[in-house]
Amino acid sequence: MPSPAYHAPDTVKQATDLLAANKGARPLAGGTDLIVQMQSGRSAPAAIVDLKRIAALKEIREEAGYFAIGAAVPCTSLKNNKALAAEWPGVVEAANLIGSVQVRNRATMAGNLCNASPAADSVPALVAAGATAIVAGASGEREVPVEQIPTGPGRTSLADGEFVTEIRIPRQQKGSSDAYLRSIPRTEMDIAVVGAGASLTIDASGTCTSARIAIGAVAPTVLLVEDAGKALVGSKLDDGAVAKAMEAVSTACNPIDDKRGTIAYRKAMAGVLAKRVIQIARERAGGN
Amino acid sequence: MSRIHVTTTVNGDEREFLCSPGQTLLDALRDELDLTGSKEGCGSGDCGACTVILDGEMVCSCLVLAGEAQGRRVETIEGIAEGSQLHPVQQKFLENAALQCGFCTPGFIVASKALLDKNPNPTETEVRYWLAGNLCRCTGYDKIVRAVMDAAAELRQERTAA
Repeated sequence: MPSPAYHAPDTVKQATDLLAANKGARPLAGGTDLIVQMQSGRSAPAAIVDLKRIAALKEIREEAGYFAIGAAVPCTSLKNNKALAAEWPGVVEAANLIGSVQVRNRATMAGNLCNASPAADSVPALVAAGATAIVAGASGEREVPVEQIPTGPGRTSLADGEFVTEIRIPRQQKGSSDAYLRSIPRTEMDIAVVGAGASLTIDASGTCTSARIAIGAVAPTVLLVEDAGKALVGSKLDDGAVAKAMEAVSTACNPIDDKRGTIAYRKAMAGVLAKRVIQIARERAGGN
Repeated sequence: MSRIHVTTTVNGDEREFLCSPGQTLLDALRDELDLTGSKEGCGSGDCGACTVILDGEMVCSCLVLAGEAQGRRVETIEGIAEGSQLHPVQQKFLENAALQCGFCTPGFIVASKALLDKNPNPTETEVRYWLAGNLCRCTGYDKIVRAVMDAAAELRQERTAA
């Protein structure tokens, strides 16, 4: 592959300066997508800005209102943060469905988000969780809901020179939990044919007070299905409410036919997976 | 294109090499350091034949840039045996005939050692999931899994005896 310049800055400022100064430079987090794209010739960046020497991007911070997951934190490290794994088991599980152990020791959630694959496993879970991305650029930082980062397969809303420095996930409220499931024909090492994430809050009477449902691999980007959440809020997650949410999910799908699944299969399975993640999140929320 | 000077620890020894900025760690190990035990099967992180341990965590060396190894610790298949003394994982691969063509074997052995370093008493299911990123087209995996389970048992015995 053609050799780009390699930079390993120590600070976010140095990284944004390097990205601003080198048109065609790409930030490198885990590299499990970017290096493959470079090897195959699909991407030929003029320069690589490696984020893994920036100490602040390599840690998970537990703030009062949110968890901040640095852009260089590999997926396997998420499991080691007990508070994060307890509050957002669905997010941590989703990130640890990606690839193999070898891949997860490198791959990051920020990279999974910015690679902008419609089938990215961690993204529906992050969208359901109400996560945001901190985007740094030459003009400073901005905070963006994660669902606004991907705009289509391989495309993002990031401007030239911008990159995601961290993902923020709100601290979980009492009576809340989440779940993510994907459908694949194998048990490991595969790309989601359909994925669904749910995040629910249930009060003492068993009434759902907030719900976010997100689906992956069934549209050009991961989708937040607001109508599915609305169908659940105010209900006791009875069969009727869940059926309405399933219908909202299937209606929101805009999938393609390909070798991994047909349009009809994906629409139907998206509803089924939504139902299952609602059930799992509900059971988990009961224990919190 | 100027080459990068990299200093890194490989199998316990400090090593230096020059690499091009886009060169992978796998290519640098093989072409600059003549450590040809790590193999390139796919070059895309799917097959695990290039598995090495980087700062204690196993990774596909085809998905690491050589420049990233600056100041890091790399363990490769060449560092698994102690001199002529095979590691129990290697010995059990031989005893169980857990290889045929052998191309995937370095990756499997490095990955298996990485597992047993972290978890000396894995279940068969844990072994199978851990090794999901290593592809073997010859054995059907069963002998590999048995070899890893045997090696785990032997390592536990060694630790109890020690």
